Amino acid sequence: MKLSGGEILIHALEEEGVEYIFGYPGGAVLHIYDALFRHDNIQHILVRHEQGATHAADGYARATGKPGVVLVTSGPGATNAVTGIATAFMDSIPMVIITGQVSSKLIGTDAFQEVDCVGVTRPVVKHNFLVNDVTKLAETVKKAFYVAQTGRPGPVVVDVTKDATDPNIKVPYIYPKKVEMRSYNPTLVGHPGQIRKAVDLLLKAKRPMIYYGGGVVLGEASAELTELARLLGYPVTGTLMGLGAYPATDEQFVGMLGMHGTYEANMGMHHCDVLFAVGARFDDRITGEISSFCPHAEIIHIDIDPASISKNVRVDVPIVGHVKKVLTDMLEMVRETDNRGEAAVFALDSWWSQIDKWRSVKSLEYDRSSDLIKPQYVIEKLWEVTKGDAYITSDVGQHQMFVAQYYKFDKPRRWINSGGLGTMGFGLPAAMGVKLAFPEADVACVTGEGSIQMCLQELSTCLQYDAPVKIINLNNGYLGMVRQWQEFSYNSRYSHSYVDALPNFSKLAESYGHIGMKVDKLSDVEPALKEAFAQKDRLVFLDLLVDPSENVYPMIENGKGHHEMRVRPGQESIS
Amino acid sequence: MSRHIISILLENESGALSRVAGLFSARGYNIESLTVATTHDPTLSRMTVVTAGSDEVIEQITKQLNKLVDVVRLTDLTESSHIERELMMVKLKATGDYREEIKRLSDIFRGKIIDVTESSYIVELTGDSGKLDAFIQSVDESVILEVVRSGVTGISRGEKSLKF
Repeated sequence: MKLSGGEILIHALEEEGVEYIFGYPGGAVLHIYDALFRHDNIQHILVRHEQGATHAADGYARATGKPGVVLVTSGPGATNAVTGIATAFMDSIPMVIITGQVSSKLIGTDAFQEVDCVGVTRPVVKHNFLVNDVTKLAETVKKAFYVAQTGRPGPVVVDVTKDATDPNIKVPYIYPKKVEMRSYNPTLVGHPGQIRKAVDLLLKAKRPMIYYGGGVVLGEASAELTELARLLGYPVTGTLMGLGAYPATDEQFVGMLGMHGTYEANMGMHHCDVLFAVGARFDDRITGEISSFCPHAEIIHIDIDPASISKNVRVDVPIVGHVKKVLTDMLEMVRETDNRGEAAVFALDSWWSQIDKWRSVKSLEYDRSSDLIKPQYVIEKLWEVTKGDAYITSDVGQHQMFVAQYYKFDKPRRWINSGGLGTMGFGLPAAMGVKLAFPEADVACVTGEGSIQMCLQELSTCLQYDAPVKIINLNNGYLGMVRQWQEFSYNSRYSHSYVDALPNFSKLAESYGHIGMKVDKLSDVEPALKEAFAQKDRLVFLDLLVDPSENVYPMIENGKGHHEMRVRPGQESIS
Repeated sequence: MSRHIISILLENESGALSRVAGLFSARGYNIESLTVATTHDPTLSRMTVVTAGSDEVIEQITKQLNKLVDVVRLTDLTESSHIERELMMVKLKATGDYREEIKRLSDIFRGKIIDVTESSYIVELTGDSGKLDAFIQSVDESVILEVVRSGVTGISRGEKSLKF
């Protein structure tokens, strides 16, 4: 079979089982778009801005586990996609981004819409390729999908020159079944000796903590983690990126840890004697002040990326491998060798009673007597109305933390947010990508009046391609997280954090062809949420006017350790 | 902070060099010198990076380099017995007494004079970086016209080798 470069690309995507391409056409990709014309097996979603395309593909990938696919043109098409690529990179999300490039003869001439895409994206991709030869196209696409999905996943850019997709140049097409790269061989199986050491250490622990991250979601190891944790009976805390991989409603779950984690999770971290880190990367929002991080603990760390091990925190028992495989091996070993006696049971019991004391501080309690709509209350009601089973995307800021704290995710891949890069504008397009993947599921984007305006244009795409997501806009008139930091650290000098001249969001949603609802009374919150989710086939924009002065508690401020949390307003750090 | 020589075998592809250089600048690692050329296998390049850092930083550097998809293999030469060499060419003002003096100095350092004019010499010198530094220090600064150094390359001693 002889095909042009454009046709090869589309065939290759079909072979990879791609359902959706999120894209935006332009000069350098016109040949590819022509090959895509009236193509039945792959649906193209025409976004309104390339950033939206990358976030939508990213949301799709996070919800399904399959790589998200993006197709954009050269120059501004590629640069607009960069924020979304970096977002995926920071959270290790598999994506393949195909960017058009000017014809190879024009490269380096400052041609119209030319940008060095491989150069621009290099620091924010797992890998990237420039293809200027049609005969290399099929193999390169195969490599891109392989690299994106294996090892520690990540976005891969394939930059294709226009002449490599010329419809008049047809070459034999064979899509490789397999690809081997001598320079790329991720380690999957954990070292048995290290696993043995880890199990011994875990079984000897008196004050253990299990701390898991997004790696458990990416590695589909939720069931194994849950089983192992229950077998051991140890407390479990999760990072922002891990939420849902261990059921939040489980008794052993002590909540999220880190800057806005619960008191019991952070105190547990500070006082534990063995820390078992699973698919987590000791990010600065997790560790707090590094010099006072887990001062009493021996640390076990499973990660597929050797570079994540001992990067920020020195670990005692590193295990490089695929988290699912390693946990399976550990489960087997624990079952065979668990001989914890009475002393161990006693130690664990007293550890749990200590944790229960910390729990009784009720660090997530908030003012329930207020007449104002509290954002925490909205999330609690959202959880009730959706029976805790919705896909929730978010933007970045206070609302994101409120979801993480109050929406109790029991399943992996339900919580979709930009944790690493912290990209405002992520939520709406990501929700669209999720809804397209799961049309029957409830999908909500929790956002704020600041974030939502960063990719608002995708409301139009949601209408065109029938993605009736629910937008929960926690509108407090401030860039809330910025305002909170200014209150705490800048003596309430609210420098440029007030968003003036806001649009009427419900009317705006209506003008895009959706339903808009404004909620300013506490008693209307629950009925409005019910009404929104009852509208199965309509996008509903809920504009909720929430308490403008609410802050996210508890909080570890800059330079403080886990044991120095500020739990409630007006309260200094307690330890 | 200690000095390390990291030897890297990487795919001989356009952009591979910038991935390595970009990694060092993006993560704030320092590069004292970097040399690169194709090996006897034209699909592979061999790169030598001289860097300095604490043990933790060097560990991260090697891990991050290994993570680059274009990197096939690497080794920290300074971890075991190795040979390092650098090539230097120095253009010197060679008039009057200096003509004889430079010739003598060059002989002491086992250098070669590879270009001669009425008023200048070019001295070629090979050795480890310390030897080249010593030569520069022993020449009167006023006679140095130009210095060009290749940067360090290195290889481990014995049969052990970095290959694919």
